Amino acid sequence: MEVSLQDKDRIFTNLYGFQPWTLDAAKKRGCWDNTKKLLQIGADEIIETVKASGLRGRGGAGFPTGMKWSFMPKTPTPERPNFLVINADESEPGSCKDREIIRHDPHRLLEGALIAGFAMRARAAYIYIRGEFIYEAKVLQAAVDEAYAAGLLGKNAAKSGYDFDVFVHRGAGAYICGEETAMIESLEGKKGQPRLKPPFPAGAGLYGCPTTVNNVESIAVTPTILRRGADWFKGFGRENNAGTKLFQISGHVNKPCTVEEAMSIPFRELIEKHAGGIRGGWDNLLAVIPGGSSVPLVPAKEIMDAPMDFDGLKALGSGLGTAAVIVMDKSTDIVRAISRLSYFYKHESCGQCTPCREGTGWMWRVMERLREGKADVSEIDTLFEVTKQVEGHTICALGDAAAWPIQGLIRHFRPEIERRIAERNGGEMLEAAE
Amino acid sequence: MADAVQIPDEAEVRARWGNFAFTAETMEKAQAIIARYPAGRQASAVMGLLDLAQRQVGAETNTQGWLPVPVIEYVAALLDMPYMRAYEVATFYTMYNMGPVGKFHVQVCGTTPCMLRGSDDVLAACKFKGLVKGGTTPDGLFTLNEVECLGACANAPMVQINDDNFEDLTFDSTIALLDALAAGKPVKVGPQIDRQTSCPEGGPSSLKDMALENHDYRGEWK
Repeated sequence: MEVSLQDKDRIFTNLYGFQPWTLDAAKKRGCWDNTKKLLQIGADEIIETVKASGLRGRGGAGFPTGMKWSFMPKTPTPERPNFLVINADESEPGSCKDREIIRHDPHRLLEGALIAGFAMRARAAYIYIRGEFIYEAKVLQAAVDEAYAAGLLGKNAAKSGYDFDVFVHRGAGAYICGEETAMIESLEGKKGQPRLKPPFPAGAGLYGCPTTVNNVESIAVTPTILRRGADWFKGFGRENNAGTKLFQISGHVNKPCTVEEAMSIPFRELIEKHAGGIRGGWDNLLAVIPGGSSVPLVPAKEIMDAPMDFDGLKALGSGLGTAAVIVMDKSTDIVRAISRLSYFYKHESCGQCTPCREGTGWMWRVMERLREGKADVSEIDTLFEVTKQVEGHTICALGDAAAWPIQGLIRHFRPEIERRIAERNGGEMLEAAE
Repeated sequence: MADAVQIPDEAEVRARWGNFAFTAETMEKAQAIIARYPAGRQASAVMGLLDLAQRQVGAETNTQGWLPVPVIEYVAALLDMPYMRAYEVATFYTMYNMGPVGKFHVQVCGTTPCMLRGSDDVLAACKFKGLVKGGTTPDGLFTLNEVECLGACANAPMVQINDDNFEDLTFDSTIALLDALAAGKPVKVGPQIDRQTSCPEGGPSSLKDMALENHDYRGEWK
């Protein structure tokens, strides 16, 4: 393992907004530095470089970014142009990284948009930013206006000879719009209900045209990858888990924060170095949700020295997701913590598929009873079985995302659920004996 | 649906809002939004225009605004789309208020990352000040809602009031915030403790140069 990440290798140098986000300040940090030259290597070569860098999508699924771009048609027509859609809908509980990129370093994103858009022969990019990011959307729009005024976007963008537009589209409060086809529906002015795949967006996406949807972070790191080379990026993290990554540490740590670190950093090192340790010490750690609400929790013992990357967390039956690390100490009511996530998914189900629409509410109601022990032990198995009926039986992954946290809870904390049921029943039996 | 809003009487709403139209200023903003989408795809602008409409209703009533049916009809007509398509959008997304709200729309995040760091205390503070979940205070000042994750988890617990986030809250700082708003005093947006955005409390653990100057790290690249 390499030594920890140095500041010179951090991409998002203005992560905390100590310095202005404006074009002037961003240029001094290295943004928009001869972007024309980066484009001159050609669209296919850009895609090859991104492929070689090992960059995997930062939005949660971890699909190789370069490969995704290569699915786009190479010769779009004016009647059926290619589109890039940038996913800034950041709504996964625990995730708060795209917000920092947009409000403190928006020009990294915009430069990335031009490069990615050029590589996939896109006519324009739409940045879909969640509605609640009101200040962030204002900054982003102002940054777009600055870039247009400086000739970096629009006709002959950055003097490259390529015409490329970037538009900001504000959401209005719907978690599901972070799903790529729901986002496309929403961009078209409809309810954000996911589409069946196929056809995949690269074949028929926004307005029926070929479309690629990428996360903000995936796009914003590409200019630096091109400047410093694929090997530089690949030098961080384990094989197949390359690069640097924004980790968002929330919950029961002494100093919650967002920080850029090398992929595969051990959990303990990440927390000690940046988050001031676990509240009450390492013996007080109960469990961690390592990748945002959709991934199963991991008990303390298993995560402490685990590498924080796609494969390392998959091996623990969980996932890196968006690297939103939710830490829970022993004071946590773990059943309530997961039940609250069940409520979240019930609230955010778009209502299109029956297993999810009905299942999320049902699962939440049972979770609430388990929280108080108002249930029979056999109902734990019934709940587990129902999560298996929801999982994989819906158009999008929201059904899976609602099922997995509960499965993780039952897998690791079944004794705690049974204890609550026994305690409640025991109480009632005592009352009867009096 | 227990948490559905009470929509006011239709005849009264129509009498009040039947003649709704964008002001010149709002119309200019609306045209800028419509221009972002290809010709014939103006329906894409419906979300932006509903937001503008809600803000104009808010400005006219000195509240955070809502979307009466005639207002949705106006937006749909402007975009040449069926009313029902616009209504679907208005009811699908949570940021559109389907009933009147107060001058301050207090949206407390209650999802797990905030819950772990004390959103119960924030809600208790709201309750202590007489705010009721899903309702507006009798003086029309505060509407309280518990909302789902607002994406500021490293600064939990947090509340969004109107267009601003207030982060790293406690029971006491929530009380102080609500008192200041009610009294019309200025408030500090962002973290309510001594902290720079999502940087670790007490100073950065990385990129310390950036706290001092707009440092260019390129000279240190190999």
